[in-house]
Amino acid sequence: MTILLYAIRRLVQAVPVVLLIMVGTFLLLHLAPGDIVDALVGDMGGADAAYIARLRAEYGLDEPVWVQLWIYMGKLLTFDFGWSFVHEQPVSVILFDRLGTTLLLMITSLSFAFSIGVALGAIAARRAYSLTDNIISTLGLIFYATPSFFLGLMFIVLFSVKLGWFPVGGVQTIGSFYTGWDRVIDIARHLVLPTASLSLIFLAFYLRLMRATVLEVAELDFVRTARAKGAAEGRLMIHHIMRNALLPVVTLFGLQFSTLLGGAVVVETIFSLPGLGQLAYQAVTQRDMNVLMGIVFLSSILVVVVNFLVDLLYARIDARIELT
Amino acid sequence: MTAPAAPPPVLEMVQVRVALPPGSDRPHALEALDLTVRAGETVCLVGESGSGKSLAAGAIMRLLPEPQVRMTGGTVRFDGTDLATLSEPAMRALRGNRMAMVFQEPMTALNPQKTVGWQIDEVLRLHTDLPRRARRARVLEMLEQVRIPDPASAINAHPHQISGGQRQRVMIAMALALKPRLLIADEPTTALDVTTQLAILRLIRELQRDQGTGILFITHDFGVVAEIADRVAVLRHGVLVEKGPAAEVLNRPRHAYTRALVAAVPALRPPAPRDFTESPVVLRAEAMRKTFAARGGFLSGRRKAVVAVDDVSFDLRRGETLGIVGESGSGKTTVSRCITRLLEADGGRVTLDGRDILSADARTLRAMRADIQMIFQDPQASLNPRKRVVDLIAQGPMVHGMPRAQAHARARQLLELVELSPAAADRYPHEFSGGQRQRIGIARALALEPKVIVADEPVSALDVSVQAQVLRLLADLRERLELSMVFVTHDLRVAAQLCDRIAVMEKGRVVETGPTAALFAAPTHPYTRALLSSIPGRDWSPPDTRHDAA
Repeated sequence: MTILLYAIRRLVQAVPVVLLIMVGTFLLLHLAPGDIVDALVGDMGGADAAYIARLRAEYGLDEPVWVQLWIYMGKLLTFDFGWSFVHEQPVSVILFDRLGTTLLLMITSLSFAFSIGVALGAIAARRAYSLTDNIISTLGLIFYATPSFFLGLMFIVLFSVKLGWFPVGGVQTIGSFYTGWDRVIDIARHLVLPTASLSLIFLAFYLRLMRATVLEVAELDFVRTARAKGAAEGRLMIHHIMRNALLPVVTLFGLQFSTLLGGAVVVETIFSLPGLGQLAYQAVTQRDMNVLMGIVFLSSILVVVVNFLVDLLYARIDARIELT
Repeated sequence: MTAPAAPPPVLEMVQVRVALPPGSDRPHALEALDLTVRAGETVCLVGESGSGKSLAAGAIMRLLPEPQVRMTGGTVRFDGTDLATLSEPAMRALRGNRMAMVFQEPMTALNPQKTVGWQIDEVLRLHTDLPRRARRARVLEMLEQVRIPDPASAINAHPHQISGGQRQRVMIAMALALKPRLLIADEPTTALDVTTQLAILRLIRELQRDQGTGILFITHDFGVVAEIADRVAVLRHGVLVEKGPAAEVLNRPRHAYTRALVAAVPALRPPAPRDFTESPVVLRAEAMRKTFAARGGFLSGRRKAVVAVDDVSFDLRRGETLGIVGESGSGKTTVSRCITRLLEADGGRVTLDGRDILSADARTLRAMRADIQMIFQDPQASLNPRKRVVDLIAQGPMVHGMPRAQAHARARQLLELVELSPAAADRYPHEFSGGQRQRIGIARALALEPKVIVADEPVSALDVSVQAQVLRLLADLRERLELSMVFVTHDLRVAAQLCDRIAVMEKGRVVETGPTAALFAAPTHPYTRALLSSIPGRDWSPPDTRHDAA
């Protein structure tokens, strides 16, 4: 019951946040020079001024910005994202077409980064200043310092071009028409390199934070108490140290979700994955306002939802926090 | 004990030596420590901070922070077995089972993420094969034994949901769940209020009588020693300087260091009353109120409004010291913060030399601050570590317009006044000991030549011998500079030393005020009586071995 009330309150709080983001993005995009008509006319190789003016009027772009904003927000409230003149499809159809790929990429990347990062961090902390720790920490530092686009390109060069282990790009083999498990395996093979290049930097974040917090928690009084009770090291680690050390890592997890969305743009473009990130990149170059706004809307919803889930998770794993 | 045949020793430490890492202030934390604890006996290991008393506990449990700190010699025998011969699993089987430990900080010694029941149950799970149902019954029984109200619901409580005293009871339940032969208690009551302290000490005694446990009780507080000890061992810089029966050591200490320690314990004999009726009132508080509002935030939704200060009034005359005593949460610190306007009071008036502090505007207030200065509890936390001592002291006068050179010269004079060498001026706070840092804090407060000093637990973080020196310094400065002082403390022994009058606070209200001697001799309010009767070792008065020349 309290959770339901809490969820409703959070939902109500989220509405102005999302609206503010949408208004801000809309105005920002209108500040940028050029619009869809410029892009279309550019593709056509030029047109006379009267035609351009007529096109603008047709798209409603001759109205003042405030009126356009008003119309757009009005439509948005009925979940009408408008029409994409580049793709000649409703924006909602394009978005839902692409959402799956991006979600798949993000979920695999985050779970990989979180689980491996936390595990490696914990191992490094337990063997602090040993050879194992040095190797793990150095690896972490390398991942931390390498930008994902560079990592992605190098992976393609090494694993796709030289070794031929993984495909260069795309989400599945074109023209293969796999079904069932074959299809799953095919998609998984396509996702290995993008996931790796997107997640390694986040893995490094979790690794470093986990190592630091485990070292810190291991010094706390209650760990000493548990030791005085006769608990062995494994038990100490699982029940007393990890449980408490995870808290800041979960906080970071929630904070970084939005960063990860940003990273997805780069990775999807490099690996030509048909996801939201790639779509966003195209929409920017083609001045496809409606698609861009739709992506921003979807992303902000996604971030709000994930943060809500993280807060729920946090309240679940930290006994001291009560949802109100 | 007085038993004709002494019970067998549970713990024997023979020539135990613990090495410190190179570069420490001394090579050994413990040197050739000999100590015996018999069944049913309480041995107090007494020493000031840094004496190595906690490491002695670590050496027994084999829980020293190795490899930096390790045992390099001697033997620890537990029930006749040399612990050094045991494997790590065998040692683990002893810990929490046959030998158990209670720590100082009940706030941090329990895992915040696990329920109280789970944590007591862990001991049973580690050391017995009892089925779940039997373990639960035993946990409930233990909670009952340590007299936690409503064990059935406490078993599911998380540590943050119960009070400090209850947490310490949980620690004790955990330690005694398997009826250990030896209980090591490392300052178990230091962080607690006096009334809670007494209850916990009684509980430990009582459980000991039922179970015949041998107790090694580590403490720095001679009041507690007088309360609980059968035998006493005094540790100084890792060397055992004196041991013997409690009555012997407390009343006829032989070693010079023990004598100094015992003499430093503030006696419960208030000084002769001084008469202030002729002196003008310097500080007057009338009907002061402060409520901490209820918060509806995300993290603290259920917190109710707390009335921290409720209708508090007092007068402070020139040269007089008013003690404000009470337990934690009584509002005494809030009073000190409100009269200095570090916190905004909700109502009432505070006047300093007839001028209202509470309604003064920012500029007037800044000028008035020169007349009322604070000394804080934690000298480490209240001195900016990045500034030299001379700058710390000179800062106040310079803010009030004194030229730099003059302020620095004045700072050096003040250092002399608080009995620090003038060379201290150019050093940083971390280079000083706790007592020296508190002297710097006092010098800083005096730099503006205030009329009133508000001291919030100024000696609580200090060792007894240092505490005595700082108290003497404060008394001395008070006379010489005609200072008025508001002295906030939870320690009635300290209050008895310095205060002319005492105001006892309970739940935000002053329940009793009176001249110190009268209040100690004939307390009228039941709460005052409860406080006074909870002072550890109240029946013991430190023998007057001091031949004070000054």
